[in-house]
Amino acid sequence: MDFEVIVEYFPRLLEGAWTTIQLVLVSGIVGSLMAVPIGLARHSGVFWIRALPYCYIFFFRGTPLLVQIFLVYYGVSQFEAVRESMFWPYLREPYWCAIIAFCLNTSAYTAEILRGALAAIPKGEVEASKVLGMRKSLMYRRVLLPRAFGMIVPAYGNEIILMLKGSALASTITLLDLTGMARTIIARTYTPIEIFLSAGVIYLALSMLVIWVFRWVERRHNEYLRPIEN
Amino acid sequence: MKINKTLIATLSLTAIALSSTVAQASDKIRIATEGAWAPFNFIDASGQPQGFDVDIANALCEKMKVECEIVTQDWDGLIPALKVKKFDAIVASMSITKERMKQVDFSDPYYSGGLRYLAAKGKPFDTSKAGLKGKVIGAQRATVAGLYLEDNLADVVEIKLYDNNDAVYLDLQAGRLDGALSDELPTFNWLKSDAGKGFEFKGQAFAKDDKIGIAVRKGDKLRAKLNKALNKILNDGTYEKINAKYFPFSIY
Repeated sequence: MDFEVIVEYFPRLLEGAWTTIQLVLVSGIVGSLMAVPIGLARHSGVFWIRALPYCYIFFFRGTPLLVQIFLVYYGVSQFEAVRESMFWPYLREPYWCAIIAFCLNTSAYTAEILRGALAAIPKGEVEASKVLGMRKSLMYRRVLLPRAFGMIVPAYGNEIILMLKGSALASTITLLDLTGMARTIIARTYTPIEIFLSAGVIYLALSMLVIWVFRWVERRHNEYLRPIEN
Repeated sequence: MKINKTLIATLSLTAIALSSTVAQASDKIRIATEGAWAPFNFIDASGQPQGFDVDIANALCEKMKVECEIVTQDWDGLIPALKVKKFDAIVASMSITKERMKQVDFSDPYYSGGLRYLAAKGKPFDTSKAGLKGKVIGAQRATVAGLYLEDNLADVVEIKLYDNNDAVYLDLQAGRLDGALSDELPTFNWLKSDAGKGFEFKGQAFAKDDKIGIAVRKGDKLRAKLNKALNKILNDGTYEKINAKYFPFSIY
C-alpha cells in the first residue's frame, strides 16, 4: 500500500466525487418529478393511458444503463439534424447526456415503485375518501399520494443508492466523475488498489449519507405508524 | 466402507484433473492485447483478435516453440492485470515509457511510432500551443497521447479522455471534438477507412522517439526468450513479411 499516492490524489478524487453528487442530485430530482405523472398514468384503469408508460418502464428497466448512456451520447449525435438543432449545445456535453440518460432511467424505476405503492393502499382508505365525497383529484392529493409517498421512501432510497453506483458508468463518456477521476489517476500512477480503494470508501460514505437522509425522512413521514412507546 | 472408497476415488480423480489443468496452464503462455487499435490489434468479424501485434506474437511463439493463447483486455487494465498474473505478456502496441518501466519490464522494441494531430479535412488547424488555445482535443486514457496532453496542454485546451481510440473517432465524427491526438500509425489506417475520409493529419508527427515493446512482469525470464525470438524474426524475413501486410513502409 502506497499511502502517499492516496494523500496526493485525494483532493482530485473529491473533485470527482462532487461531479458524481451533482449527477445523482440533478437526475434524482428531475427523475422523481418525471416519475409522478408516469406512475399515475401507469396506475390508470384505462388501457390507453397506461399502455405508453408501461412501454416506457419496460424499455428503461429492461435495457442496461450503459446501453442507454451510449444511445444518448453516441447514438443521437449520429444524426445531422440533431447536431444542427438548438439542443446540440447541451447534447454535445457528456455531462448533460449522462443526466438525460440517468433521468430517463431513474424515472422509469421510480414510476414503477410509485405504481406499486398506489396499488398497495388498502381499499378501505380509497373507499372512505369516496364516501366523504372527495373528487378524484382531491383524493389523490390529500390521501393517495401522501400515503404512497410514505410507502415508497425505503424503496426510493434504494433506487438512489443504485443510481449513485450506476453513475460510475458516466466515466465511459469522458466525464470525470469519481470513477473517471480514479481511472485517470491510475493511468499515471499505476496504483489501482490504492486509488480504487479510496474511491470505494468515498462511495461508501456517500451511500451512508443517502441512507441517513432517507431514514430521517421515513421516520418523520411515517411517525403515525410507529407503535406508542410506554 | 463403500462410501469411503467412492469418496477417495472421487477426490483423487478431482486432484488428478486439477493438477493436469495446472500443468497445462504452465506450459501455455498467455499474451494479452487490447483489440481496439487497428491495424495493430483488433477483433475481426468472427470475434478473433487480429492485426500486426497478434501476428508478431504468434510468430514469436512459433520461434520460442511454445503454445500461446491470445486474450483481450481493456487498455487501462492491461498493466494491473499483467502484474497479478492474469497473463504473461502484453503485445498491444505499448510504448516503452519511464513510468511503465517502474511497473513492468519491456522487451527490445518491435516497432516505433510518433504522435500526430488529426482534425476535419480542409479546416485550418494550428498545432502550435497558441493555435490550440481553447480547442477541445480528445485522446485515449492512459496512453502517451493522453499523458502528453495532460502534461503539456492542460491549461490551454479542454482534454477529453476516452476508454479506447474508436470512441475518440466517434466523437470526432459527432463534432464534439475539434481535433484529436493519437499515434500516427493507427490513425494512418483509420484515415483510409470510410469513417475517416472527412479527416486528415494536421502538422508533423512529433515525439518520434516512441519505441513500442512487449511488457512482461518485472524480472520474468520470458523477456530474454522474447528478445531472442524477436531477433530471429527480424533476421529471417518473418517480420518484414508481417510489416508488408499492414504498411507499405517499414515501421521498425
